Parts: sequence; structure tokens; C-alpha cells
Amino acid sequence: MDRDDRTFPQQSKRDFLKIVLGGGFLAWLGAVMYPVFAYLKPPVQGEVEVRSVKAGKVKDIEKESGAIVRFGNKPVILIRTSAGEFRAFGATCTHLDCTVQFRKDLGVIWCACHNGKYDLNGRQVAGPPPRPLNEFRVVVQGEDVFISKQA
Amino acid sequence: MKTYWKRFYDWVDERVQLSDLVDFLSKKSVPVHSHSVWYYFGGVSLFLFIIQVVTGILLLLYYKGSEDLAFESIQFIMAKVEFGWLIRSVHSWTANLFVLAAFIHMFSVYFGKAYRKPRELTWLTGMMMFFLTLGFGFSGYLLPWNELAFFATKVGTDIPGVLPLIGKPLMMFLRGGEDVTGATLSRFFGFHVAVLPGIFTVMLGVHLLLVQRQGMSEPLSLENTPESERKTMPFFPNFVLRDLLLWLLVLNLLAILAVFFPWELGKKADLFAPAPAGIKPEWYFLFMFQTLKYIPGQILVFDGEVLGILLFSLAGLAWTLIPFWDRKSSRGEQNRFVNYLGLFAVSYIIILTIIGWLA
Repeated sequence: MDRDDRTFPQQSKRDFLKIVLGGGFLAWLGAVMYPVFAYLKPPVQGEVEVRSVKAGKVKDIEKESGAIVRFGNKPVILIRTSAGEFRAFGATCTHLDCTVQFRKDLGVIWCACHNGKYDLNGRQVAGPPPRPLNEFRVVVQGEDVFISKQA
Repeated sequence: MKTYWKRFYDWVDERVQLSDLVDFLSKKSVPVHSHSVWYYFGGVSLFLFIIQVVTGILLLLYYKGSEDLAFESIQFIMAKVEFGWLIRSVHSWTANLFVLAAFIHMFSVYFGKAYRKPRELTWLTGMMMFFLTLGFGFSGYLLPWNELAFFATKVGTDIPGVLPLIGKPLMMFLRGGEDVTGATLSRFFGFHVAVLPGIFTVMLGVHLLLVQRQGMSEPLSLENTPESERKTMPFFPNFVLRDLLLWLLVLNLLAILAVFFPWELGKKADLFAPAPAGIKPEWYFLFMFQTLKYIPGQILVFDGEVLGILLFSLAGLAWTLIPFWDRKSSRGEQNRFVNYLGLFAVSYIIILTIIGWLA
């Protein structure tokens, strides 16, 4: 028997132990780290899904105005145009998440954070916003103005 | 008195061989040359960090990190607690001077090419502390839970969210949910007072150890000067006394700023109010903020903001890794490209910060 033949079974035994111990260590590491990483992820909070909210009365909302309305836990901007028409959009700027506002002097929906501008149809017209604002439906029932999600 | 002190010293020395350390310190020297002044900014940064630790611990005694109480607790600190206004103002002002000192320290090391072999690890730990410092600034900014902080945090946490793949989980991790809420405040409070200080302290320890072990870096221009013609100054007491004098001056500056320009608290954050006009991040993020304003929404098929953010991330990474790609400086040769790049970075930051400030 030469030397190589003698070391061969030794070597394979060593490899086997390396795999078992190394694998065991990795499994142990996984078992320790998994709960930690899972803990870091915030749980999804059960919320009441809001489909529609009452935004106010027609006579209280001036023409050429805009106001933030609470829609569940998101802000929605309700616009009344100079023609008296109501429109509603998600008030979260599509650029970097700031809350937009109506600018009467400019006749646009404006985001103060990075000077993004949207027209009164929610389409981005100037500045960095990449997408139009989310559109909401406005329903006027008698005197009351309701905002609801697009069907 | 002296004998008691001596006996105490001998008692410790007998057990831990203190004399080795004293011997090391007595031999330690600092190079003297026309750029020696930059050596002080690391020490100033260290001093400002110490002030932040002390004032931060003091603020912790009264601060309450929750959506309903954060703003009110700072009002309480500033109005009711004796010298609360001073501690809070000093903490806010120090944060700003700390970032400034870290910027100066970083750029002086950069232009002096002090990151070159064998000090790559000192540069890396320094850069990590620099990013942690920005993290301290960003997380601490939210803690008063005021309007400006709320929107700055919305924007700032939305930025990693646009990165492909890891963006969304990272944003959820930072915010503690889909949106910036009280959950975000809790997390930022934890980052600000536990996670960041812990990591920072370890980095600082390694950084200082490396500086002691390797001594001060000298500019490349001095490398050809024979040893006998180079001037040095003993670290103890000459350099230390100068350091302390500067620390004292910085402390005075802080006192003046805190007393005559007390830090504002602003309006409490309202989750359902539009972002106020004139909203700006802290000055050290202004150059990035201003750049984001200029990038159009769409560049070819890419989102402009994604491109801008990726570009800044890559620039930051390349900057951090400079000891590994600037081989010329490690060989002791001049690298003009690095100088021009540094000058470009400094001018870019200064010009865009000014534009952002005036806008």
C-alpha cells in the first residue's frame, strides 16, 4: 500500500465531518437568525378597509379650493374647480411620498418638498413626479360630498 | 498628596505594566508641516461626539419616544426643566458642528491622501463613522416629531424604497410599516440611542487604535524629505494642550450658538397636513435634495429619482473604496485625478448646498 492510498479514507472521513459540522453550524445559524429577521419585519396591522368617506357639505367647500381629507390612514386631496366640479386624488406625491396641497395662485396641485406640480386632473406637469396622482371618485348626494375608491 | 498618587500608580503599574503605555505616550510625536492644522479636526470630531453622548444621556432623562408624547416632552424639556433649553440646544447645535467637523476631517484626509497604504482600514472605519454620523443626524431629526422632521423622514425613508429588490423591505424595516407613523418614531429612537452609538463606539475604538498604532500620516510631498529634516512635536504635552485649547474654543462657540440662536421646535407633526412650503432637510442633505429637484421624472425608460439615488449610492461607494483603486498614491506618486475628483466633489456639495439654501 502506498501513502496516497492510506490517506484517502482518512481524507474522506475528514471531509464528511467538515460537511456535517459545517452544515450543522449553518443550520444553527439559520435557526438563530430567522426569528431575529422575522422580528424586524413589522406585522401587518389589521385595519378597517375604508371604501368611502364623507368629505363635507357642498355649500361649505369654496370654488377653487383644495383640502386634505382623511381616507382611512391615507390623506386624500379634495379639489373644487372654478367651475364648481369636485375631484379627489391621493394626496401622496408620487415622487417621494410628501403630502401635496392645492395652490390657488398657480391653479395646480403642488408638492412643497421637491416643487412637483400636477394639474387639476392629477397629471404631473412639472418637476420630478414620475406618475400621476391616484384618482378617487367623488359622489355628491344631495348636500353631501363623498369620496370613494375607484371601482 | 503626591505620595498617595504615586502609590496608587505603582499599585496599578505592578499589576498591568502601565509604564509601557506611559513610555509609548512619551515617545509619541506629531509631524509638523504646513498642513498640520488638519490634524486637529479628528480630535474636534471626537470632542463633539463626547458632547453628544453626554447631552444625549441628559435628554434621555426626560424625552419620551412616542407619537403622542415626543413633541410635548421636548416642550417640557425646553420650558420646564432647568437648563433644559441649553442641553437641547447644545445637542442640536453639536449635531450640526459634528457633521461639519466630520466633513472637514474626511476631506482633509482625502486631499492629504492619508488613506493610502498602510492606512486603508483607518479610512474605512472613518467612512463608516461618517455614514453613521449622517444616520445619527437623520434619526435624531425625527425625534422632536415636528412637521419638518415628519416630511424629511417621509422623503428620506422613501429614497431607499425606490431601489430595486431590497428597496421595499428596507423601507418597511426603517418605517416599521408602510408609512411614517409612531412606529417609525419608536424605531428611530432605538436606532438613535442604542444601535448607532453601539456600532459607532466600536468603530471609534478601532479607528483610534489604528491611529495610535500607525501614527499620523504625512503628506506625500514630505516623503522625499530625509528623516533628519522632518520636524515633529511631542504628542504629550505639546499637541494635547493645543487639542484641549481648541476643544475649549469649540465649547465656547457651542455655548454662544445655543444661547443666542436657540434651536427651534416648530409645529407638531400632523399626519394629515400638506407638506409646508419652504420645507428643507438638514443642510448636510441639501446638496442631494437639490439634485433630486433637478432630475426630471423620466430619463429614457428609467425613473429619474431611481437613477439619481443609484448615482449617489455608487459615488458614495467609490469614495469609500478609494484606498483600493487609487494605487498611485499608495506607491507614493501624485494622483492628479484624485485631486480633481475631490475638488469637484467639494465644489458640487458647496454650490448645491448654497443653491438649496437660497431656494
